[in-house]
Amino acid sequence: MGKIWNETKECMSRDDMRRLQSERLKKVVERVYYNCEPYRKRMQEAGVSPADIKSLDDIVKLPFTSKKDLRDYYPFGLLSSPMSEIVRIQGSSGTTGKPIVAGYTRRDIEIWGEVGARCLTAYGLGKNDIVQVSYGYGLFTGGLGAHGAVETLGGTVLPMSAGNTEKQILMMHDLGVTALACTPSYALYLAEGLAASGLPREEFKLRVGAFGAEPWTEQMRRDIENKLGIKAYDIYGLTEIMGPGVGYECEFQHGTHICEDHFYPEIVDPVTSEPVAPGEKGELVFTTLTKEGMPLIRFRTRDLTRLIYDKCECGRTAVRMDKIMGRCDDMMIIRGVNVFPSQVEAVICETEEFEPHFFITVDRVNNSDTMEIKVEVKEQYYTDDIRGMLKLRESLAHKLHSVLGIHPDVKLVEPRSLERSQGKAKRVLDKRKFTND
Amino acid sequence: MITKQLSVFLENRTGRLNDVARILAKENINMSAFSVADNSDFGILRVITDKPEEARAVLKKEGFAVSLNDVIMLNLSNTPGSLWMILEVFAQKGIYIEYMYAFSEGATAVTVIRPSDMEKAVEVLAAKGMD
Repeated sequence: MGKIWNETKECMSRDDMRRLQSERLKKVVERVYYNCEPYRKRMQEAGVSPADIKSLDDIVKLPFTSKKDLRDYYPFGLLSSPMSEIVRIQGSSGTTGKPIVAGYTRRDIEIWGEVGARCLTAYGLGKNDIVQVSYGYGLFTGGLGAHGAVETLGGTVLPMSAGNTEKQILMMHDLGVTALACTPSYALYLAEGLAASGLPREEFKLRVGAFGAEPWTEQMRRDIENKLGIKAYDIYGLTEIMGPGVGYECEFQHGTHICEDHFYPEIVDPVTSEPVAPGEKGELVFTTLTKEGMPLIRFRTRDLTRLIYDKCECGRTAVRMDKIMGRCDDMMIIRGVNVFPSQVEAVICETEEFEPHFFITVDRVNNSDTMEIKVEVKEQYYTDDIRGMLKLRESLAHKLHSVLGIHPDVKLVEPRSLERSQGKAKRVLDKRKFTND
Repeated sequence: MITKQLSVFLENRTGRLNDVARILAKENINMSAFSVADNSDFGILRVITDKPEEARAVLKKEGFAVSLNDVIMLNLSNTPGSLWMILEVFAQKGIYIEYMYAFSEGATAVTVIRPSDMEKAVEVLAAKGMD
């Protein structure tokens, strides 16, 4: 069994963890109520005061925080510490509108290092490892977040930042780097660079990768692992909550353990905002329990997942988050069933005969919703056998039905006729009109 | 007797068949027989041409899913009972017809057959003195 950085916290019994979370929740609610104007106002509007929060069960009384709030109160409106206590600003550019910034106190930075060290330890890293941090250094939390994690762990940090692939490969080789921290897409890029360098793989000591900051699939993980000859782990984080270190995979890789003594996760129904039953899927919501600079109460991530409360084989009790199954913004309600493009993608990707591309068209015919999914068959599976092709189509429709809960109309289309995904390709067209006229 | 047949996957969209015909015409490839098997959203175009390999290459280049398959092409006499005679032997030997298409003009009826067992079918026909 692998080492555990903070056994007290990571392996705490559920009862003890809830007690600790309750205490911390009370403190953070007091903190925002007395130090942050927007939070106080909002709680007053909701008719709730810090005295109403006696345990974790009372968290449902508290109003949510959204990404929009961070923009509306940009830059410092949501701080709960005076600027004199803020030692660092991090942020994300955001794809639309204003950037998002977060202020950290000295204590916040320490906790960030602590949770980061938990991650690296779970990946099997320790004092003797040299970790090349190839996340960008700057406002983005990736670079400095991973950097702080390695320092807290006591390993050796090599702060490369992103870019200059040749130099990255050279340093990795010459310094005997044992672990790489960067985005999964940059890891693939570096893998190509390594192959092109002509340096023999056995002269590298690289064995572990800590990848995050963007969604990646199991297929991508296998690809990285094969090309770099390493074990690849996911490191989870969000700028609003802290940065990388909010969660991590252990050696068993059955979900992402959340550092829940610092970041309390809930799952709510994205439509009704009501908490779902334990283990059910819904929108992930975080409350920072110990943050001082910019604590957030019930921050809605818009990410869809579920929580697993069973003890993990690795010995940790820390709650696990399942793979992120999509964004709330992508959700479609078809014949009353919640459907996500990511579910369709997952089924198609794991079916050998099909290319990983698709296009969904939702429509309403005679007051009934229809869902059509166009797919391409891999070149070698287009045959002269019409019955075989129909069988292929039916088997995919059947698999999709068992996952989605509704029966889609699968259409086979010609090779390379669907748009290739470059990150954010449009893959859904909803033709339904929901107006009352 | 055995001929290479081109099978092209086509979406049921206006103009797709047209595209295939145009591409083959430009390459000066002649079609001697063809049929379309279809269902609600796609079809398979089956073509006998004078240059099957070239036809495959050019259609593939244009983005079509194409495969080459062996079929039996027979020149039968255009008289009552000539097809029945062939099918009768196939049935006796347990050979199924996966699909077939045919046309006749003058004294000849051209028949394209995809049997379930090519080897056996050829054997049977050879024994009958047909090629």
